[in-house]
Amino acid sequence: MTSYFLDAQDITRTFPSPVKGGESLTVLENVYFGVNEGEFVCIIGHSGCGKSTILNILAGLDTATSGAVIMNGKEISGPSLDRGVVFQNYSLLPWMSALKNITFAVHSRWPSWSREKVLAHSMQYIEMVGLKGTEHRKPSQLSGGMRQRVSIARAFAIEPNLLLMDEPFGALDALTRGIIQEELIKIWEQTNQTVFMITHDVDEAILLADRILLMTNGPHARVAESVVIDIPRHRERTEIIHHPHYYPIRNYLVEFLVKRSKELSDPAALNKTRRSEEQAIGMQRYPPEVNPALETTTEARVVTLNNR
Amino acid sequence: MLSSLNAKAAILSVVMLAVFLLVWEFGNQPPEAKVNLSEYEMLMGGSEPQARVPNPSEIWTLAVDELSHPFYDKGPNDKGIGLQLLYSIKRVMMGYILAALIAIPVGFLIGMSPLMHKAMNPFIQVLKPISPLAWMPLALFILKDSEVSSVFVIFICSIWPMLVNTAFGVGSVKRDWINIARTHELGAIRTAFLVILPAAAPTILTGMRISIGIAWLVIVAAEMLVGGTGIGYYVWNEWNNLDLTAVVFSILMIGLVGMILDFLLAKATQLVQYQE
Repeated sequence: MTSYFLDAQDITRTFPSPVKGGESLTVLENVYFGVNEGEFVCIIGHSGCGKSTILNILAGLDTATSGAVIMNGKEISGPSLDRGVVFQNYSLLPWMSALKNITFAVHSRWPSWSREKVLAHSMQYIEMVGLKGTEHRKPSQLSGGMRQRVSIARAFAIEPNLLLMDEPFGALDALTRGIIQEELIKIWEQTNQTVFMITHDVDEAILLADRILLMTNGPHARVAESVVIDIPRHRERTEIIHHPHYYPIRNYLVEFLVKRSKELSDPAALNKTRRSEEQAIGMQRYPPEVNPALETTTEARVVTLNNR
Repeated sequence: MLSSLNAKAAILSVVMLAVFLLVWEFGNQPPEAKVNLSEYEMLMGGSEPQARVPNPSEIWTLAVDELSHPFYDKGPNDKGIGLQLLYSIKRVMMGYILAALIAIPVGFLIGMSPLMHKAMNPFIQVLKPISPLAWMPLALFILKDSEVSSVFVIFICSIWPMLVNTAFGVGSVKRDWINIARTHELGAIRTAFLVILPAAAPTILTGMRISIGIAWLVIVAAEMLVGGTGIGYYVWNEWNNLDLTAVVFSILMIGLVGMILDFLLAKATQLVQYQE
């Protein structure tokens, strides 16, 4: 059996038709993947393929129609402070100051803590994201980048077992995005937090992730492959592009998004490839691990077969 | 720029008021007596052939006189204008606060629960358009006290805007904010006070502002009906005394107090307003 820290087993999510008697929509089908403790995993795929649905299921805000997600040996049911969430739209409460947005979460996490301790703990994370001096401002008085920093600080401050991020930098301009990405790397390296992050941005995924999960197009989307990013840490945006593995990985991801995500979602091809994959990996339904930098042909890229 | 706009507006207001008052004052002089008054008529103070609406100067004289000692009490038929206004404000406050104590929790319930919303909506829709004064006979019969009945009428007229607005505000709290509460395991009570109440507060306060306006409109009519004390009674009493100067003066005072009540609620709304 697998011993993943976070283990998604055969998740299917079907939304009932909005019209009575209409056909229901199966967004996700047979989704398997695993995340190890301390790992940074990104998931990429086209819009509408169900990435956010997966994240909502992991957060406990949505429930899978069938299948289960196991974290730390326990099945996920409902939201919990064990899992911190950062959304694209920041999700700050606009009537609270930046600091209060963090302290209420810290207080929820450790209700027995004194006011001083909650405050000190929250301030530590405010400083970590470089917002000291602006902590008493309301979200509306902060820029988009600063708001997302508050949101990230809050998610790290509750020290969750798993941090979920839904396109956290999607609404930011390129410059701000680059800066916050590097801050995120720094914080992640300090805390060794397990992170599961949705992104549209291939370069962002390579910069941040240990592994990238690739999703086929929806409906009936699934995780097709898991790409290993073996570019050594600590990574800098300006340096990783010179690493010999960077472009093979990038080209592989782009090719997947442009071409293969669609091919793999085609029902006829789906059955064929799944059968051949299942044969190849011995009924193992977790996505095969791929290192595009080591192999050159698509067929031979399956280097490790998740045989844990 | 803004201050000059304000200054211009203020000047314009004063000019309009001045023109209005001048036209009123000089367009409303008593007709010249055509014939010399007889000795008897002189003794009677000279009679005008027709009753007139009082002039601004007369109202001003009365206002200065009344407002220089607003709280005197010389028996049921002669009380100071300030005292009468206080009676009315007291009744409005009692009915209004009682209504808020019921409307806000019930509105919360309706806003949170689609079931309660559907179950209670027919009652609200039927009861809401009833003129509050229509309740008066029933209230007088059941409560057997004119004072309590007028408080009840205020209660029944100010409950609906607060109820409907609270339900709407609570029901339309952003999904994202509810999700924040859920992912942070806030629990029902903390979600209500930390997330839903602050999120819905501007809408609730808007309802409260509408309610206080309606309550102030209704109290005048209610007090005309039940009599005894209050500004509504005062207006009607002065009409019976044929003292139109006092009627016009009290009309102005009703407007002034209504404006102050509205201003206070507007300030309170500003306090809970947030910017997304």
